[in-house]
Amino acid sequence: MPINYFLILSAFLFCTGAYGVMARRNSVLVLMSIELMLNAVNLNLVAFSTHLENVSGQVFALFVITIAAAEVGIGLAIVLLIYRNLRSPDLDQVEQLKG
Amino acid sequence: MLDSAWLFPVIPAVSFLVILFFGKKLPFKGAEVGIASVGAMFLLACVVAAQWIDKVESAGHGSEKGLAALGHSVVAAAEGAKGGGEVEPIVHGFTWWQNGAAKFVVGTRVDGLVVMMLLVVTTISLLVHIYSTAYMHDDRRYTYYYAALSLFTASMLLLVVSANLLQLLVGWELVGLCSFMLIGHWWEEKENSNAALKAFLTTRTGDVGLMIGIIVCFFAANSFDIAKVNAYALSPGADHGLLLVAAVALMFGIMGKSGQFFLHTWLPDAMAGPTPVSALIHAATMVVAGVYLGARVYPVFFNGFSIGTSTFNMMAIVGAVTILIGAALAFVQHDIKKVLAYSTISQLGYMVMALGVGAWSAALFHLFTHAFFKACLFLGAGSISHSATHHSFDMREMGGLRKKMPVTFWTFMIATLALAGIFPFAGFWSKDEILATAGQGRYDVFVVVGLVGAVMTAAYMTRCVYLTFFGKYRGHHHPHESSPAITVPLVVLAVLSLLAGLLQAAPINVTKFEHWLEPVGGLPELVHPKFDYALATISVALASLAVGAAFFFLFKREESGAFKGLTQRSKVAHAGYTFLEKKYYLDDLYEGVIVAGIKGPIARASYWMNQNVIDGVVNAVGRGTTRAGRFTYGVLDQELVDGAVNDLGRETGSAGGGMTKLQSGQLQRYALLLLASVGLIGLAVYLVNVV
Amino acid sequence: MDWFKDWALTLAVFTPLVGMALVMLIPRANEVAIKTVALLTSLVTLAVGIGILADFDYDHTAKMQFQVDKSWIDVINARYHVGIDGISLPLVILTMVIVPLCIIYSWDHFPDPHNPKAFLALILLLEVGMIGTFVALDLVLFFIFFEIVLLPMFFMIGVWGGPNREYASIKFFLFTLFGSALMLVAFLGLFFLSKQQTFDITTLSALGGSGIARSTQILLFAGLFLGFAIKVPMFPFHTWLPDAHTEAPTVGSVLLAAILLKLGTYGFIRIALPILPQGAEVWAPWIGLLAVIGIIYGALCCLAQTDMKRLIAFSSVAHMGFVMLGIATLTDFGINAAVFGMVAHGLITGMLFFIAGSMQHRYETREMSRLGGLLISAPKMGWILGFCAMASLGLPGLAGFWGEFPAVLSSFEPSKLANGLIGGTDGTLWTFRTFMVIAAIGTVLAAGYLLWMYQRVAMGTPKPEFEDAHIHDVHTSEWISWTPLLLGIVVFGLFPNLIFSLTNDAASHITRAFSG
Repeated sequence: MPINYFLILSAFLFCTGAYGVMARRNSVLVLMSIELMLNAVNLNLVAFSTHLENVSGQVFALFVITIAAAEVGIGLAIVLLIYRNLRSPDLDQVEQLKG
Repeated sequence: MLDSAWLFPVIPAVSFLVILFFGKKLPFKGAEVGIASVGAMFLLACVVAAQWIDKVESAGHGSEKGLAALGHSVVAAAEGAKGGGEVEPIVHGFTWWQNGAAKFVVGTRVDGLVVMMLLVVTTISLLVHIYSTAYMHDDRRYTYYYAALSLFTASMLLLVVSANLLQLLVGWELVGLCSFMLIGHWWEEKENSNAALKAFLTTRTGDVGLMIGIIVCFFAANSFDIAKVNAYALSPGADHGLLLVAAVALMFGIMGKSGQFFLHTWLPDAMAGPTPVSALIHAATMVVAGVYLGARVYPVFFNGFSIGTSTFNMMAIVGAVTILIGAALAFVQHDIKKVLAYSTISQLGYMVMALGVGAWSAALFHLFTHAFFKACLFLGAGSISHSATHHSFDMREMGGLRKKMPVTFWTFMIATLALAGIFPFAGFWSKDEILATAGQGRYDVFVVVGLVGAVMTAAYMTRCVYLTFFGKYRGHHHPHESSPAITVPLVVLAVLSLLAGLLQAAPINVTKFEHWLEPVGGLPELVHPKFDYALATISVALASLAVGAAFFFLFKREESGAFKGLTQRSKVAHAGYTFLEKKYYLDDLYEGVIVAGIKGPIARASYWMNQNVIDGVVNAVGRGTTRAGRFTYGVLDQELVDGAVNDLGRETGSAGGGMTKLQSGQLQRYALLLLASVGLIGLAVYLVNVV
Repeated sequence: MDWFKDWALTLAVFTPLVGMALVMLIPRANEVAIKTVALLTSLVTLAVGIGILADFDYDHTAKMQFQVDKSWIDVINARYHVGIDGISLPLVILTMVIVPLCIIYSWDHFPDPHNPKAFLALILLLEVGMIGTFVALDLVLFFIFFEIVLLPMFFMIGVWGGPNREYASIKFFLFTLFGSALMLVAFLGLFFLSKQQTFDITTLSALGGSGIARSTQILLFAGLFLGFAIKVPMFPFHTWLPDAHTEAPTVGSVLLAAILLKLGTYGFIRIALPILPQGAEVWAPWIGLLAVIGIIYGALCCLAQTDMKRLIAFSSVAHMGFVMLGIATLTDFGINAAVFGMVAHGLITGMLFFIAGSMQHRYETREMSRLGGLLISAPKMGWILGFCAMASLGLPGLAGFWGEFPAVLSSFEPSKLANGLIGGTDGTLWTFRTFMVIAAIGTVLAAGYLLWMYQRVAMGTPKPEFEDAHIHDVHTSEWISWTPLLLGIVVFGLFPNLIFSLTNDAASHITRAFSG
């Protein structure tokens, strides 16, 4: 199988994720979109690993999955705190980074 | 005494200081100090003269007597040359200043020429000192006058005994200063101070030449020493061009000091000073300093102008022109002192011409005799103004004084006859010697000039004597004879005018003057002429004729009253008269054109240039810098640089305002920006790589 | 006396500084104490000077004596090196004599706005700078002293000056500072180009420009020339002088004329000529040209003046022309004449400014058309003025002659190495001979303007407006301050060897580079 298929798929997934991160208001959805982007990356890593017959790509993918799990943990905690503070999961209201 | 010649300038200088600082407290207000010092100088001069004569006689003893018996003219030449070799001048000196390895000495030199000058200066000075006690008796600055006389005597004696040219220059300028002080003695009046300034500046113009001449001599002979300069000029290897330059330059000095044409104009004006001063400074001593200089470094002129071999030269021509122009001007003067002043100019012309034609001893002999009879004439004129005309010298206010002032008249007559060159008075011998020497060489033209001058002298002096002593008294005062302080010097001078010529009376084999004078060391081969009876007869005859004609003309005019002068009848003659009356327009040229030009337009133009061009540049630089500063501050700094800074701030502010919109604080915006940027960068990288 | 040998010059330079500090400490109201301290300080300085005179080795005038050579600023190799030889000795003594005389002169009449404390402090500071410049043997030290002089003079003119004082003082300051800047550049050039990287004047003189290319020497000399020529001042850099003199208080004018101008000519003799001989050879005819232009030009400007003090100021331009002509010949004759001329000009023109100041004090005008009959109103002062005018016009027997005549004499035969204006040795020879004639004519003009001034100011009768005015004759303080100067004029005129014997060997030492 040509590697391009995997790459197109992964690009599609990444774009979907990126769109979700930028466009969605709901923080949970943004979190899920991030997961999507991460998995797009994973897909790439595994695809290249197979293609180049080098196992390190898959090792990296495993790492990414692990980190993604942790990230989701922290992310959900943040979302929970946002919700608790703002009584809304809407990210437009989170402007504290503005100087 | 020959070794102590330094006393001559020093004692009168001390006397000057004493009179200056203590004069007013002394019983005779300083006059006694002056008279005592100059009297002592006179005695010293006599002693020096006696010792010098003794020295000369003993040196030339063996040969002289035998030779004197032979014919005279040839022998005298031999004697002169020999005497010069045998009788060494007495020279002393100590270091005055130094440069490099060269040391410049200040020193004294005594030889025949110096001894003669010492006698003349001290004699006339002593008589003038005595005369002045009466003449200046009520003067407002009597003490100061005596101080100046003392200073003058000191300076003149310094000039005379100088062993080198530099020291001579010092004396030369100092006598000029004294002349300035004494001409301007009554400085309250503008004319007097003008005359003083004119005298000083004119002679100083000549001194430019003197200075340069001395410098050229110095570099030629590598010394200021008169003996060395003369030795160089006589040496066969001497650079003739250099000597010519030196001679021409020195000639300017002589022209300035000795009133030679064309720098003579100050001398008549100098008559603004007191009359005794005119007699001492402007007739007998200071004005002959130029002649003295000419005689002192005669070899420079002799070789520079090729006097022995040429038919004419600058020196003789200047002298000849001066004889004629001076004598001509003497005719048109109404002021008796001015007549005498122009006569002095004319007689100085004789001396310079004599030097120019090679008649060295004759020139000095004329200097010697002229000092006595001209001083006598001046003092006589002073006596008249003192006792007859109440300080006026206008001959139109005199007349008929013959009976009223017999002593003055007779002394004046003797001096006049001496001046006119009538046998056997002093002037005859000296003038004749000049003419005879000139006739001996290739200078026949100058003999004619000399004869014409003699005729003119006789005529104008007759006019002067006639207007003063004959006819009717035209003044408004009560003429009487002057006091002894005035008449005694007159008598002494008259006797000298009568007898001085006999020192050098060739026909009776007396040549003492020449014999004693010539051993000066370093003289060119001099010509000693035979006594020319024909020439002497002609000159005396012509002079007598002139006296007679002038007397007749004046007498006739006075008697008939109708006798009209030539100037009233002929236009040409009248124009000539005006020309003379305006003094050849030389004064107008000097004062109106040169001095006024320098003082007026040229000085003003220089100052204008200073203020507007040079200072203008400075000010313009200053103003320009200020303006540049203002521009720098106003435009560059305040507007451009500071403006840029301010603008930057302002723009930054507004730019920041715009930028705040970017910083929304919303993470999603940030992410969008991040991605967009990555995209743009990627695009850029792609484009760069592709292109 | 070894102690004295080591400390004499340092004492001479810094005693006035100590005096100045003392003057500053005394309360302003206590004027007598201020004046006394200032006078005593200057007299002590003079006493040191007399000690130097007594201890000076007159057999070796070309050698630097009383030398002190201590390290000072090691980074740039600048040293505290002072010494004195036959050329600087007369100038140092002149300074030491003039300053107390100035203090005595101003004892009773300080110019407005009075304030003797500041005035005397400035005079003492000025003395530090002047003596320091004459004894400094290190370029940096020289430069510092040279510049120190500017400051007090600037304030003297600017505070105690006449109506146009601000313009004059600023012009004076900026003009001279401009020259100094170029001079400093030239000093730095000398430092970097000399083999040993030193500022030491004796070392540099001994090197005599070896190792510096001829073209570089010419450029460096130009820098030095501008610095010194402005100070002299030479035509056409002289225009600050008349203004400064006209506006300065009397004492300021005296110090300016008597000593400050000599810093420039001294710089030529001490620094420019020996250190850059090849540069000097090229520039010499040009300096000579500017000098004779200055002589004639200064004289002509004098003739156009109506203000007595301004006339005397312009006469300085003419007189310094003679000094510079002597220097330009690059001969020992010329240098001797120049140093003599400097001393003589200091005495004579100093005196003339004193008299002009005293007359202004009495008549309250310097317009010559309003003055007249000084000989009647104040006869003694009139005679002194006449005496000084005669000395100034170079009458033989007085000091002025010995500056003028040898300078003219020396230009008959300049150094054979000088070249530049008209090519070749012969060209230079005849150029200088032309200068000689022009300079000699300048003496006539000098006589003209001085006597003309004398005639208008002193002769005749007083003008109606001053007929009844009480014009006091010479005061005691004036007598005290003038007598030494008048005596100096006579003594040096009669015995010129007093100075020539000092300068002669030193001058030959300097010109040995040009005698080839």
